[in-house]
Amino acid sequence: MSGQDLVSDQGLRVDGRRANELRQIRVRMGVFGQSDGSAYLEQGNTKVLAAVYGPHQPRGGGRGGNRSGTGIINCQYSMAVFSFSAGERKKRPRGDRKTQETSLQLRRAIEAIVQVELYPRSQIDVFVEVLQSDGSDYCAAVNAATLALIDAGIPIKDYSVGCTATIASMGASEEVDSKDETGSGTGIVDANHMEECTGATTLTVVALPGAPGSNYESDTDNSGLVVVAQGTGARLHLSRLEGLRQRALQGCRDTRVILDQAVRFHLTTHDPHFI
Amino acid sequence: MLTTKTFFRKTKRGNILKIVREHYLRDDIWCGSNLCSICKHKSKDLVLDEDPESRSSLYPQGHYLVLDTNVVLDQIDVLEEDALCNVIILQTVLEEVRHRSSNVYKKLRDIIGDPKRKFYVFVNEHHKDTYIEREPRENVNDRNDRAIRVAAAWYQNHVNASKGARKEKQKVDVVLLTDDAANRDKAIGEGINAASMQDYVASLIDAGFLQDKLCKRNYVLEGESKTPLFPPHLTPAQIHDGIKSRKLLQGTFLASRENFLEGSVNVEGYEKFILLQGKLALNRAVDGDIVAIELLPEDQWSVPSDLVIQDEEEDPSDLLEDETELKAIKVPKNIQRTPTGVVVGIIRRKWRQYCGILQPSLVKGNVRHMFVPAERKIPRVRIETRQSENLSKQRIIVAIDSWPRNSRYPLGHFVRALGNIGDKETENEVLLLEHDIPHNRFSDAVLSFLPKLPWLITEADVTQRVDLRHIDVCSVDPPGCTDIDDALHCRELENGNLEVGVHIADVSHFIRPGTALDKEAASRGTTVYLVDKRIDMVPELLSSNLCSLRGNEERFAFSCVWEMDEKANIIDTKFHKSIIRSRQAMTYEEAQLKIDDETQQDSIAKSLRGLNSLAKKLKAKRFENGALVLASPEIRFEVDSETHDPIDVQAKKLRETNSMVEEFMLLANTSVAKKIVQDFPECSMLRRHPEPPQANFDPLVKAGRNRGFVINTASGKELATSLNEAHTEDNPYFNTMLRILATRCMMQAVYFTSGMLQPEEYFHYGLACPIYTHFTSPIRRYADIMVHRLLAVCIGADATYPNLLDKKKNHELCYNLNYRNRMAQYAGRASVALNTHLFFREKVQNEEGYVLFVRKNALQILIPKYGLEGTLYLSKKGEVSPVNFIYDEEDQSQKFEHIVFHSFDPVVVQLSLDRSNVQHEKLVFKLVKPVIPGFSIPTKSDPEMVPKSNIVPKRKTEEKPTGSEISGGKRGRRKKQKK
Ligand SMILES: [Zn+2]
Repeated sequence: MSGQDLVSDQGLRVDGRRANELRQIRVRMGVFGQSDGSAYLEQGNTKVLAAVYGPHQPRGGGRGGNRSGTGIINCQYSMAVFSFSAGERKKRPRGDRKTQETSLQLRRAIEAIVQVELYPRSQIDVFVEVLQSDGSDYCAAVNAATLALIDAGIPIKDYSVGCTATIASMGASEEVDSKDETGSGTGIVDANHMEECTGATTLTVVALPGAPGSNYESDTDNSGLVVVAQGTGARLHLSRLEGLRQRALQGCRDTRVILDQAVRFHLTTHDPHFI
Repeated sequence: MLTTKTFFRKTKRGNILKIVREHYLRDDIWCGSNLCSICKHKSKDLVLDEDPESRSSLYPQGHYLVLDTNVVLDQIDVLEEDALCNVIILQTVLEEVRHRSSNVYKKLRDIIGDPKRKFYVFVNEHHKDTYIEREPRENVNDRNDRAIRVAAAWYQNHVNASKGARKEKQKVDVVLLTDDAANRDKAIGEGINAASMQDYVASLIDAGFLQDKLCKRNYVLEGESKTPLFPPHLTPAQIHDGIKSRKLLQGTFLASRENFLEGSVNVEGYEKFILLQGKLALNRAVDGDIVAIELLPEDQWSVPSDLVIQDEEEDPSDLLEDETELKAIKVPKNIQRTPTGVVVGIIRRKWRQYCGILQPSLVKGNVRHMFVPAERKIPRVRIETRQSENLSKQRIIVAIDSWPRNSRYPLGHFVRALGNIGDKETENEVLLLEHDIPHNRFSDAVLSFLPKLPWLITEADVTQRVDLRHIDVCSVDPPGCTDIDDALHCRELENGNLEVGVHIADVSHFIRPGTALDKEAASRGTTVYLVDKRIDMVPELLSSNLCSLRGNEERFAFSCVWEMDEKANIIDTKFHKSIIRSRQAMTYEEAQLKIDDETQQDSIAKSLRGLNSLAKKLKAKRFENGALVLASPEIRFEVDSETHDPIDVQAKKLRETNSMVEEFMLLANTSVAKKIVQDFPECSMLRRHPEPPQANFDPLVKAGRNRGFVINTASGKELATSLNEAHTEDNPYFNTMLRILATRCMMQAVYFTSGMLQPEEYFHYGLACPIYTHFTSPIRRYADIMVHRLLAVCIGADATYPNLLDKKKNHELCYNLNYRNRMAQYAGRASVALNTHLFFREKVQNEEGYVLFVRKNALQILIPKYGLEGTLYLSKKGEVSPVNFIYDEEDQSQKFEHIVFHSFDPVVVQLSLDRSNVQHEKLVFKLVKPVIPGFSIPTKSDPEMVPKSNIVPKRKTEEKPTGSEISGGKRGRRKKQKK
């Protein structure tokens, strides 16, 4: 795939999407009886399971860090050994540097929406397992964790939504297309594994996009905005950051609409008080 | 969000791997037809005519064409003509073409990009109604054929579906063109109009010239004999198995230039080439093809025949010639035989388009003719053309299509005519094509990335750059140079040290990575200099204007500024992007005069003197380290300004200022190389010059020994010393010739990516320099642009992009740059040869020369006046001469009676042009002095030409440092051995 533009002259990506289109998102909430909240989420072929336990008393003999009076969020991100769609197997599902780091980032994303001060001396455990990996894994994990928190009935400030934007190419067609069709932003959203493998810089944004109508573009309230930028070695020039950020944010907003619909549908079909 | 449906494509790679990919189908892919009222087109997507005109008698109804992949791949030369319009290119086809031939793919994309042609790309693979899944046991090809038929049928229904509402409109047909008979039959069975390209083109009005361009696959014999002449080729699967089981070998086939019945294959793991002898053994391999061969048993091995056999058959019949001449060779028992083999299959054809001339058929009115390629390694080609009268006086281009078993020659088709044989323009065109030099006009896409005029320096530019406009900078170049990429300055600092600046055109500011402009420049790799023509790497607006550091104009530069002490030690090095205003663009001669004229005391003169004295010190230091001074004969043509014919030829002069500029370019290149490797140890673009293996030096050592000199080649430094010490009283040109020989022993200097080699291997042998790169000529070398980008990142002036840091991509780029460089160099030499021939066309001239090498049957002669080299044959095959020279291999001499020829001996030769072969004019050298009755030519009456007893070249001996590869190569400075 190397050397090939991510977006064709006809404006389509290899899998048939346009630059600003997400993959199909499918959601099921309340998939486990054991946990306090759970959700299963598919973004294309990336499939993620999230479970929330708590709030409950902190385990491990209270390491003293809990005196501050706020609750603790404990996150564990793991990838199933068979999760790679490319076929190779992972040695360990968790505990390596990468998943540990992702766990940490996941905690940031969740702390941004959970009002931890409501749960003094308590702990909330969030477990996310990537069952199948096909790109944008971390974003799918954040989205699934948000849904699981909702399912657990834990009050949140907003949806915490993740989305990636990847620099496509600087071919003329793409630049033109992205301008006349979507107004702002450059790059392709929600990259799948193959697109990630091209080595282009990917910006991962986790945002609290708010209700669809509200204007977050002005950045008046970016206190809750968590931004994680990650790429494969390539550095990103400052001039390109804004375009990518806009594109990723729009992806977050679109994702939020879909998640929100899924939550409302779930609530109308399963009244949580009777589960 | 339009994701409608998800499919899974399961591809099994190997045995275990399962790849699941999503494949979205859409309902917003439009048909591109103006006739359609269903699709919600945007105006730019409306490509196909509402009422296409039909020029075909087969399909009188207006129609759109759908092309099968094989048609695009094989008939691209027909498609490139403006004849076929309103064509639908399916994505299936586009993808297949992309995988099969990047060359055809590029051409196809160019056609699609041309709005006049009305080619519409229909993304059938993502359209909800035209996507099909592969059926069980259906192979990929069959599936794609079916997809093409489904799409064609869909179009037929779709474009006419809206017809109901607009009755008055004509129905539009869809015609599928495919050369695959099975696909065609199925299509017709499914009610789709389908035809072969051949039939369709034949049915067009004015089909004649298009028919010439049709790809020829089948050869029907006129005679009755249909017995195959050649053994069949193995199938790919058989070849694969054969290679796996080591029964077969694979390698690149190289045809012999001298003997068309002989060739060799370079097989990996074999030290020697594997010999192929005879038409049947060659079995239709064409030079460059990758072939599978079978090794013969050892008792059938042979030796290279050393014969010169040209395929000169007048009557191109289909009988294989008598190969008695070849078979007659008896292999002497004591000589080691060469492994010999036969071609059993072709793994990959490397056919390209070939230049040559038409050899019209002897039969009047015959459309079948022979084509004779200019490259002797390529066999003649059968083509069909109806315009032979017209073409017989022209140089033409032909593509090979196939080589069936029953044809003695490959089949091909006419592509285009270049112009009349012998025209300067035509010959230049041939030269460029034969050296694969991209020389088309820059496309509009490329030009669209040029800055808009008037180009002005903005406030923002000034804040981002160091303003050096107050410094007295000047440039020194060859006369007539319009692509000035370097300028210099030197001034005294308060602490007594000197500040020296080298300012290089900031090309990377204008050529942004990834743009069409950038891709074009990367593909061209270098500017090519012919004697009377320059083929730019970047469009003229940049090369001769915005990037060129012209006098008294403000320009962007990338500056390298050193602080140096009196002894030329570097105290500090700085790099920054800057704005400069060169005070004066000088020639070497002007600069030299300015330095020498002591009455001139302006700042430029002072600056030049400072630079000059530092340069001498730098040079001395380099030589101390063992840098080599090599030489190659260089010539310059005085060209008539109107006819562009060469009027006079002379060897070039070099001045102190040449070497001055060179020293600083060298210094800048080395400084930059160190800097970028520090920051990017894995992906820096560097240039290395490997040390030649000792065996390479044999001819040099022998030649030196002949004259009583010991040439020590153990290290570069020892070689340099030996060369410096080798002087003879009686022959002032001796040292230069020795250096010319030394140059011939060298390896090519090449670009490479730092991460691909160990740091010890970065060494530049000629310059005796541990690390080196090219930074100083970004206008005419793409490597320098890459280096500029890396350096800009190092100093925080610009951003990186993925490909800049991609080791593999850089490696590929280096490969291309090295290839382009080599080709540019060959083309330059060929251009000199072409002009030499033009110069000698009407002349017969006696010239003084020297013996450069002694060969078995000839002397290699160098004419210093013209820097010209040629062969003086002492004996010719089949000719009985009263004068028989005796060759002494040990002594490297040729002897006849009391006359002995050694290397470096002076001679007088007569030069004339042999024009008997139109395609290969050659300069003939004949001996005049020393007089050998029965062999030498009688001295002409022209008294001036009578040589003096001791021949002294009129010109001072000229030496050329290796370093010249750095700053050299500007107009006319391209004939270097190791560029
Ligand atoms: Zn339509």
